[in-house]
Amino acid sequence: MRIVFTAKGTEWDSDMDPRFGRTQYLLIYDDKTDDLVSFDNREIDKEAHGAGTKTSQRLFDLNPDVLITGNGPGGNAQSILERTKVEIYTGAGEMTVREAYEAFKNSKLPKY
Amino acid sequence: MKEIVVISGKGGTGKTSITASFAYLEGENIVVADCDVDAADMHLLLQPDFKIAKDFYSGELAVIDQDACIYCGECKTVCRFDAIPVENGIYTVDPISCEGCGYCSRVCPVDAITNIDLLVGEYYISTIKTKATMVHARLGIAADNSGKLVAQVKNSAREVAEKEKKELIIVDGSPGIGCPVVSSLTGAHYVVLVAEPSLSGLHDLKRVNELVKIFKIGVGCIINKSDINPGITEDIKTFLKDEDITFISSLPYDESFTESMTNGKVIVENGNENIKEILKNSWEKIKELTNNKSE
Amino acid sequence: MKIAIASGKGGTGKTTLATNLSAFLSESEKVVLADLDVEEPNSGLFLKGDLVLEEVRYKMIPKWNEDTCTLSGKCREVCNFNAIVQLGPRILVLPELCHSCYACSELCPSSSLPMTPQRMGVLKEYKINDNLTFVESRLDIGQEQAVPLIMQTNDFIDLNFDNTTIKLFDSPPGASCPVIEVTKDVDKVILITEPTPFGLHDLIIIVETMRELKKDFGVVINRYGVGNDDVIDYCNREGIDIIAKISNDRHIAELYSGGDLIYDKVPAVRDELERVKSYIFSEGEGM
Repeated sequence: MRIVFTAKGTEWDSDMDPRFGRTQYLLIYDDKTDDLVSFDNREIDKEAHGAGTKTSQRLFDLNPDVLITGNGPGGNAQSILERTKVEIYTGAGEMTVREAYEAFKNSKLPKY
Repeated sequence: MKEIVVISGKGGTGKTSITASFAYLEGENIVVADCDVDAADMHLLLQPDFKIAKDFYSGELAVIDQDACIYCGECKTVCRFDAIPVENGIYTVDPISCEGCGYCSRVCPVDAITNIDLLVGEYYISTIKTKATMVHARLGIAADNSGKLVAQVKNSAREVAEKEKKELIIVDGSPGIGCPVVSSLTGAHYVVLVAEPSLSGLHDLKRVNELVKIFKIGVGCIINKSDINPGITEDIKTFLKDEDITFISSLPYDESFTESMTNGKVIVENGNENIKEILKNSWEKIKELTNNKSE
Repeated sequence: MKIAIASGKGGTGKTTLATNLSAFLSESEKVVLADLDVEEPNSGLFLKGDLVLEEVRYKMIPKWNEDTCTLSGKCREVCNFNAIVQLGPRILVLPELCHSCYACSELCPSSSLPMTPQRMGVLKEYKINDNLTFVESRLDIGQEQAVPLIMQTNDFIDLNFDNTTIKLFDSPPGASCPVIEVTKDVDKVILITEPTPFGLHDLIIIVETMRELKKDFGVVINRYGVGNDDVIDYCNREGIDIIAKISNDRHIAELYSGGDLIYDKVPAVRDELERVKSYIFSEGEGM
């Protein structure tokens, strides 16, 4: 299973980024290989319009099974993600990536 | 962390005075965000110190390099916004009409057009008279795109709340039903509508409620100046019941709103005791509703 | 002649002035009032008449043609608003983000994104009396961009009313893009404010905006008597015309709340509208 986190850094102990569209990094964890890789999304700050759709496009290209984030995607991003198979879990905005993963495994995060 | 947004659809309902009162009542334990960036007035009541100021860039503007231009007119042909006037054969960009779509720069055969980032305003992180932190902004003259600035103000407020370990953010939202108010509502946990009993007030309340419904968050309503038209006040209450919106309180028409504003004071600071009491109870009720609705 | 009525701050009496002024002027002139506050159009609550025209208004949005698309990726690349995403073999257009610039449509190598109309609101025209027409445009809920509907309503007025008609525009509040769209082509702008710190603060912003646009403008003070003299001092200092002052009066607020016109019930308001009329017909000095 491939899980994507919205995060402010690139490590397991980094804080989650509660924002979806304007998240600083996307961290991709593959539980089969136990690899954690990061995608730098910081240039999103330059986008005046449609940060959510741009990040959604990136997310789609990363092809994950699960997205774990804080606030949940905005309207435009939502209408894109609806068309993908990715399951979205929210409420992890004030955790570290590791805590968010534990919370997800223990079914503590609400499904969006 | 919970975010409470106060909006009104119609202007002049007392939204900012009421929002500032709630911020004042909560003292240091809250972060304040003024998202009415088009008419940002809350600072007149809460006296922020403009401690940190940051430039805000949004959107792009096409610029034509006159030395490189070969006067072919391609840019003018493709522009859908009439933003490229020609005078004496010289092509220029009208910054007020340019939408920053970049189409002209893509068709220019000699790459004479570049898009520059547009400085549209400033936002501030300040300490206000209650010692709480407030995030607010100022849109540049004739600037565009207040929706993104609203998002910026809200995001900064969230960062501040996280850093200062504050549980509550109160947001003075934008008027209307367009892009700025959508940005104001995004990510909120509870919405307070401020209405006034006039035909316009009821009309705008209904319209903004249609928008709020899309967000599926808890909603309550305060009726200000309720004695101006008791008949319409009743109509508003019926509407609230039909729409399952919590009626929070009603406030009488009172010149002391204007008086305190004129003195640079929040109404609960030097207004009359009656209004102060209603606002105190309203705020307690809103906090309770916010915690119930979003858990 | 085109006149816009604007205010930096909402709720200062913009609609009250627009509706009363248009009814008052129509006693002697041909007048059309257009409510361009398309997010919250309220003038129609005060002007009752017969509906003569109702038109759905559209904006142009690209529509993906799956059969001809070669997935070149050009559309995604050229869209500055991130309104187009590519999900595997599918292209998705997000209408709310689209600014109708046509770049994706016209630069697509296989012409697979033809521009097609999408509903954004409704324009209605009412005949109030022999001299007064009222036009209202109303944005659909969920539509975020007011400017395209304002532009179309402006074009509608230009096309249907000649130069002998006075054209009044009720502008949205604030000082950003929708207000600029309303005011950029008018001859004069009437700014309405109230004599309070909020009123003054927002007046200064709209005054600076009007100066940027090089507009001829004057100020009407509403709820005169509340607050303080700072608005008057500011106007005097800046050499701005104070055209009229409408007194603070609970009776006016009550009439307004019930959707009534005021100038035919409160003589002092009629006198002030007379002053506004002289301002409209005066030779512009330019600001």
